[in-house]
Amino acid sequence: MSLYEAPVQTLIDELGRLPGIGPKSAQRIAYYLLKATPEDARRLAAAITDAKARVTWCRRCFNIAQGELCSYCQDDRRDPSQLCVVEEPRDIVAVERTHEFRGRYHVLQGAISPIEGIGPEQLRVKELVRRVGEEDVTEVILATNPNIEGEATAMYLARLLKPLGVTVTRPASGLPVGGDLEYADEVTLGRAFEGRREVDT
Amino acid sequence: MGLYRDEGVVLRTIKLGETDRIVTLLAHRSGKVRAVAKGVRKPGSRFGARLEPTSHVAFQCYRGRELDVVTQVETIAAHRPLREHYGCLTHAVSMLEVVDQVAPEREPNPELYQMLVGALRTLAEQPSPIVSTAFFWKVLSLEGFQPLLDACARCADETGPFVAFDLGEGGVLCESCARTTGRRVDPAALAVIGDVVGGRLRHVLADPPPPAVLVEVERMAIRAVEYHCERRLRSAALL
Repeated sequence: MSLYEAPVQTLIDELGRLPGIGPKSAQRIAYYLLKATPEDARRLAAAITDAKARVTWCRRCFNIAQGELCSYCQDDRRDPSQLCVVEEPRDIVAVERTHEFRGRYHVLQGAISPIEGIGPEQLRVKELVRRVGEEDVTEVILATNPNIEGEATAMYLARLLKPLGVTVTRPASGLPVGGDLEYADEVTLGRAFEGRREVDT
Repeated sequence: MGLYRDEGVVLRTIKLGETDRIVTLLAHRSGKVRAVAKGVRKPGSRFGARLEPTSHVAFQCYRGRELDVVTQVETIAAHRPLREHYGCLTHAVSMLEVVDQVAPEREPNPELYQMLVGALRTLAEQPSPIVSTAFFWKVLSLEGFQPLLDACARCADETGPFVAFDLGEGGVLCESCARTTGRRVDPAALAVIGDVVGGRLRHVLADPPPPAVLVEVERMAIRAVEYHCERRLRSAALL
């Protein structure tokens, strides 16, 4: 016999499938929702179904979009010659927060991971090569994560894209602002030294 | 006490929560350990960059019931050449995957550790697919699956020539036994396997066999590993 009424059990099971939510958290959220007003519960349900129905992948860059193209692809003021390649849509948000980049994006929807057996075929690599060939791209910025998977992806893409006659760049590795030099690791510090710049006076 | 220090190679990392990772290490004295590294996915992390797969590190952990907790890490060798060449990296990762498969948790295996450290160093110095292939055969030998190469694995005939290899029998087959079972192989490939298992890897690296033979030895090694681990080698798809 179940400890909960059937609809409550279903709700707990569904909530428990969300990332980072275990059985106990699922139970807590379920009881909160049961105590909440019907309008609150309906608003949450509507928000989920509405987002699921209206949000799709951008046909061009595979970012999250409302309709065919995402807001960055629709924006004519953005520089079409620069293309920033990222792993996930949330990485676009991180790049946008810098206000340093005014070009367009391409979301790979993952990274090459030999350990997981994820190869280039499972990512939006073919689409990227096609875009570089068809659009007026002069520079491709490979902004994948600076870890093993991201580096592997960047190396693979660089080898693929360079013969197409575009400049392929990668964001610099360096010391985090506000950090201590003595705690910097050898790889980051080594790369920071390699990429050092003359100080402007 | 709960704290211990050891040296190890990072085999793999799995994301945990918002900013943490579970790191699997093959350590010298402790064997394979799994430990939580807190906050390592944040850019300001003190040791995040040191805990990438292929890194050889000295570390300090707090012993936990299931998972330990990493408290300090120092790099012994970052193996940058491995990280900066796609071909090297896929070979290095396939070695890590095999080690992760064969090593049981918390069971010291200093021979396997030394072999992995040596193989990563060799691969970083001489980026050749022979290194990982040789490593696979040597791991199998260490685990008790040394291929029988100087006599037919079925009828024990020592005269040869040996023309096939059978995984179930665990070695080469003579002409008459090969009619019923086994996979035909180039004798040159068998000679390469004999060299790497017999500790003459330097010799093979200095005088590499033709690419077709290499590909055959590599395929045989992957099949042998998959046969004995009873599991597919995921990273083999990208080699």
